[in-house]
Amino acid sequence: MMPQLVIYPLIVQMLLAIVLMFVWSKISWQRTISIVGSILNLGIAVWLFISVWQHGSHTIQAGNWEPPFGITFVADTFAATMVMLTAIAGLAVSSFSAGSVIPARLKFGFFPIFHFLLLGLNGAFLTGDIFNLYVWFEIIIITSFVLLTIGGEKAQLEGAVKYFTLNILASIIFLTAIAVLYGLTGSLNMADLAAKVAAVENRTLVQVNALLFLVGFGIKSAVFPLYFWLPASYHTPPSAVSAIFGGLLTKVGVYALMRVFTLIFEVDPFLENVLIAVAVLTLFSGAVGAIVQKNIRKIFSYLVICHIGYMIAGLGMMTEVAIAGAVFYLIHDITVKTNLFMMSGVIYKIKANHNIKKLGDFYADYPKMSLLFAIPLFSLVGIPPLSGFWPKLSLIGAGWSTENYMLIGGILFASFITLIVIVKLWGEVFWKTGEKLPETRNFPYFNKLTGLKKTQMMAPIIFLSIVSLYIGFGAGNIQALSERIAFELMDNQEYINAVLRK
Amino acid sequence: MEILLAIIIGTLYASGIYMILRRSLVKLIIGIILLGNGANLLIFLLGRIAKGAPPIIPEESNVFLDAYSDPLPQALILTAIVISFGLQSFAIVLVKRAHKVVKTDDLDEMNATDEYS
Repeated sequence: MMPQLVIYPLIVQMLLAIVLMFVWSKISWQRTISIVGSILNLGIAVWLFISVWQHGSHTIQAGNWEPPFGITFVADTFAATMVMLTAIAGLAVSSFSAGSVIPARLKFGFFPIFHFLLLGLNGAFLTGDIFNLYVWFEIIIITSFVLLTIGGEKAQLEGAVKYFTLNILASIIFLTAIAVLYGLTGSLNMADLAAKVAAVENRTLVQVNALLFLVGFGIKSAVFPLYFWLPASYHTPPSAVSAIFGGLLTKVGVYALMRVFTLIFEVDPFLENVLIAVAVLTLFSGAVGAIVQKNIRKIFSYLVICHIGYMIAGLGMMTEVAIAGAVFYLIHDITVKTNLFMMSGVIYKIKANHNIKKLGDFYADYPKMSLLFAIPLFSLVGIPPLSGFWPKLSLIGAGWSTENYMLIGGILFASFITLIVIVKLWGEVFWKTGEKLPETRNFPYFNKLTGLKKTQMMAPIIFLSIVSLYIGFGAGNIQALSERIAFELMDNQEYINAVLRK
Repeated sequence: MEILLAIIIGTLYASGIYMILRRSLVKLIIGIILLGNGANLLIFLLGRIAKGAPPIIPEESNVFLDAYSDPLPQALILTAIVISFGLQSFAIVLVKRAHKVVKTDDLDEMNATDEYS
């Protein structure tokens, strides 16, 4: 067991980004280095996960400062799982961008920025210090701004203005919350804060502070009244960028919410009601938003919002079963959403159109590809035994035992609407006889691409579909993992002891 | 001193939010800058202000003998200032570029990506 293992995922991503900057203009080198580096990163992430699974949480203190004073990096089971999922999604998107993003965009430093984004994600999952979490969030948003605007099309810039404003606002609210927290306790270490916040006498201020964190992370995870930046921006960049955003960026907000509200703040009945109301409204508004859209990527954007609701629901109920369900959903959602956005990218490359009314004939022209695309689509709906089904069982079960019938209604409603949306999508894009689309000139159509590029685009979709199928058919293993994570989150003493070396 | 800082912070937050609610892109950026500065001052204030007492332990002692100013908030503010500086410079470039491409600085007219299509 090596304590340094915790920061290896960070070091690998940072070195990759730096090496990629040295080959700035050599696009073919960048593609190779990025894919090979992502495979290496996946190996390290799996190594970290196995090590944490066998030996328990790993911690490392930066600069060897005594625990509550220095910056701590902690890999408990939750963090290690998230790092592994980041590595899986990162490898898939790295290969997909190598195949699909046009060279003119890659020349503006796409790959270095992409790996800095993954660095930020890994850092946010592994850090045990609340201010350090803020810094990682800033790295995530500033790299995501660049990825969003590379290319500088009109729609991209308009989307970026909205995305940018609300995300900076979220950061400022988060910073304000940290300031208040520091004023109350004089500490920034999350494990140390757990005990100190509980000892603060001014409970009202603690509650207000908790709400500040809720709003800050709520904007980032796109929950009900705060999600409007997401459907305005996620459909504008290249599909590879949408894939990594849709798969991971909102999930960092959810991760931070879960961490903060299980470790630092106690969820009192008021906060519980707020979370459950937010969850129901998110499920409702995301689902209703998805059903009226015609742009295939906008449909998926609204589904991202809708399915955040399941995780917030699990957090709101605050029982071990519910948290296990939310974590399972998180694991399932990252793989499926990344896959769906990549799938929309392939459809766009074939037809040069995003409008589901104009698309069609897909099943007749590409039967094998259609069957492949059916896997993520129907995993998302949660047709048993595919992956989306199992976490909903836990969530609904937890809803019965805590008597949150509203929430059960919301979950069932959102699942039902998701089914309708997916069936509509399947009917329009795959089964319908589409109109003959005019050929766009100078467009890199899928059929004109080289075999290597086709493989680079299709291989990650196959890879993530296999992961999805594993989550569905090996649900027992994932459920055991989720239950262990839920146990560690609810009983935070182990985390605190691991950090403070008691 | 605390009360003065508190009033300044309140004013910065209020004017920042007011500016964000305006429709002009430039005012949006000014609003973000004001809010960021308000947050930085808030950290400074909440770290307890002690004037003229650097956190240095005298040579003949092992502990602090009297009240000292906490160095950590200042380190935090420094980090936050650097980060917000980077973000703001990006924001200004983005807004300039957006203004050039969309040919408006009215946020209400930037609704092409929200349209139902």
